[in-house]
Amino acid sequence: MNLSGAEIVVQTLQDEGVDYIWGYPGGAVLHIYDALFQQDQIRHILVRHEQGATHAADGYARATGKTGVVLVTSGPGATNAVTGIATAHMDSVPMVVISGQVPTPVIGSDAFQEVDTVGITRPCVKHNFLVKRLEDIATTLKKAFYIAATGRPGPVVVDIPKDITDPNIRIPYTCPDTLQMRSYNPMVKGHVGQAHKAVELILQAQRPVIYTGGGVILGEASDILREFVKLTGFPITSTLMGLGAYPGTDAQFLGMLGMHGTYEANMAMHEADLLIAIGARFDDRVTGQVAEFCPHARIIHIDVDPASIAKTVRVDIPIVGQVHQVLSDITARLRPQRDQISQTALDVWWQQIATWRAVQSLAYQPGDTVIKPQAAVETLYQVTRDHDFYLTSDVGQHQMFAAQFYPFDQPRRWINSGGLGTMGFGLPAAMGVQQAFPEATVACITGEASIQMCIQELATCRQYDLPVKIVLLNNGYMGMVRQWQEFFYDSRYSHSYVDALPDFCKLAESFGHVGLRITDPADLEGAYREAFAQKDRLVFLDIVVDPAENVYPMIKAGQGHHEMHLSPNLTTERELA
Amino acid sequence: MRHIISVWLENAAGALARVATLFAARGYNIESLTVAPTEDPTLSRITLVTRGSDHVIEQIIKQLNKLVDVTRVVDLTEGIHIERELMMVKVRAEGTMRAELKQLTDIFRGRIIDIGHTHYVIEITGDNAKLNAFIETLDDNTILETIRSGALGVVRGRKPVAAS
Repeated sequence: MNLSGAEIVVQTLQDEGVDYIWGYPGGAVLHIYDALFQQDQIRHILVRHEQGATHAADGYARATGKTGVVLVTSGPGATNAVTGIATAHMDSVPMVVISGQVPTPVIGSDAFQEVDTVGITRPCVKHNFLVKRLEDIATTLKKAFYIAATGRPGPVVVDIPKDITDPNIRIPYTCPDTLQMRSYNPMVKGHVGQAHKAVELILQAQRPVIYTGGGVILGEASDILREFVKLTGFPITSTLMGLGAYPGTDAQFLGMLGMHGTYEANMAMHEADLLIAIGARFDDRVTGQVAEFCPHARIIHIDVDPASIAKTVRVDIPIVGQVHQVLSDITARLRPQRDQISQTALDVWWQQIATWRAVQSLAYQPGDTVIKPQAAVETLYQVTRDHDFYLTSDVGQHQMFAAQFYPFDQPRRWINSGGLGTMGFGLPAAMGVQQAFPEATVACITGEASIQMCIQELATCRQYDLPVKIVLLNNGYMGMVRQWQEFFYDSRYSHSYVDALPDFCKLAESFGHVGLRITDPADLEGAYREAFAQKDRLVFLDIVVDPAENVYPMIKAGQGHHEMHLSPNLTTERELA
Repeated sequence: MRHIISVWLENAAGALARVATLFAARGYNIESLTVAPTEDPTLSRITLVTRGSDHVIEQIIKQLNKLVDVTRVVDLTEGIHIERELMMVKVRAEGTMRAELKQLTDIFRGRIIDIGHTHYVIEITGDNAKLNAFIETLDDNTILETIRSGALGVVRGRKPVAAS
């Protein structure tokens, strides 16, 4: 079968089982778009900005575990995609981005819509390729999918010059069945001796804490994690990225840790004598001041990426391997020896944790006349807890409130930009999730600042009938910026006030959606119920919330876990409890 | 501490840029870097000299290993190895200085590879310390120009280091 380069691109994607592509056409990818037009196996979703394409593919990938695919043109098409590529890179999301490039003879001549896409994306991809020969398209794309999804996943960019997709030049196509990659062998199996040492430490522990991250979700290790936590009886905390890997409603779960983590999670970290870190990378939002981090603990660190181990924090037992396999191995070794764990010590430890829990660090003053953002999230949970529910988020206070107040019981249900903190992520990510799960309830929690960064995608939602629910916590500020300015800049709110806001209801309506504005706490639950009952409409909930609310607890820069700032509403006695 | 690190990587466009980008993006310093194809023309070998604490060097090696084009990374400084660097020095050579410079070159087992009425070009190979020592014996007015290749290193003994 003789195929053109453009047809080979499409054929390879079909062979990889790709069902959706998010993209935007342009000169350098016109041949590929023409080939896409002539098939019906892969569905192309036309976004309104390339950033939206990358976030949508990212949301799809995070929710399904499959690789998200993006198609953009050269030059501005590629540069617009960079934010989404970097977002996926920071959170280890499998993604393949195909970008058009100017024809090979003019590469380097500053041709129209030419940028060095491979050069620009090099620091924010797992790998990238510039394909120079028609014969290399199929194998390169196959490599891209393999690299994106294996080991520690990540985005791979494949830059394809226009001339090699020319429909008039055709070559015999055969699907490459094996890949020769001597330089890429993602480590799979954890070291047996290290697992043995880990079990020894677990058996001796008096004050253990399990600390999990996004790697548990990426590594599909949620089930074995639950088994391990139940077997040990240890307390568990999670990073922002790991929420849902372990049920948020379970008694052994201490809540999120880190900068806006719970008192009990952070205090347990500070007092622990054993830390079992699983698929987490000791990010600065988690550790706070590294010198003060877990001062009494020996640390076991399980991660698929050797470079994540001992990067910021020294580790006693590093175990490089797939989280699922290593945790299964440790659990199997531990089971016959489980009785050696000192139950007395564990009981004392849980009693200590109970006193920290009693502080109720997430408590807030309920509002009678004004909607508290925390209450907006709690009510959202009450209304959607029985739904097949996915929540995407933008970045800022609403993201932290959601992480604190919406307990996720399943992995891949909480979808947010953790590492890069990309405002504008939430809406397009929700589109990707809804596309993957048309029957599910998908909501995007956002702020009036974040939502405006990719608001053009409301049109995409209309075109493809994506009934996403937008939960806008509208406080009239870039809330997290305002909070920092209150704390660190003497309340000088420099450019954090979002003036000249649109009427979001009218805006949503102008795109063909439904808009609801809620200002009274008494109307909140009813509005949610009304919105979520509209199964085939996008409903934009403009919820006016308390503009002065802050996210507590908070660990300020340069401080340790034990130096949390609690809400001023909490009494000193409680703080000292 | 100073480390000499050998990196084998695909002899492909952009592979060297990945290494350079990594060092720039993560703020690691490169004291010198040389690159050339190996006996297998599909592979290149980089020898780079860097400085850092054990922690930083460990991260550098891990991050290099993470690059998809890299097949092998070896810290030569960990074992017994031989280090060589080539240096060419263009010097002012007039009057009595000419004999003196010739003698000095012989002591350092160098060679004079270009000669004029008022200048020599001296070629010297050796490890970093030896080349520095030679420079120090010359006074600043004598040196017109210096160029160094950057260090190369190889593990002692018959056994070659596998490239992947």
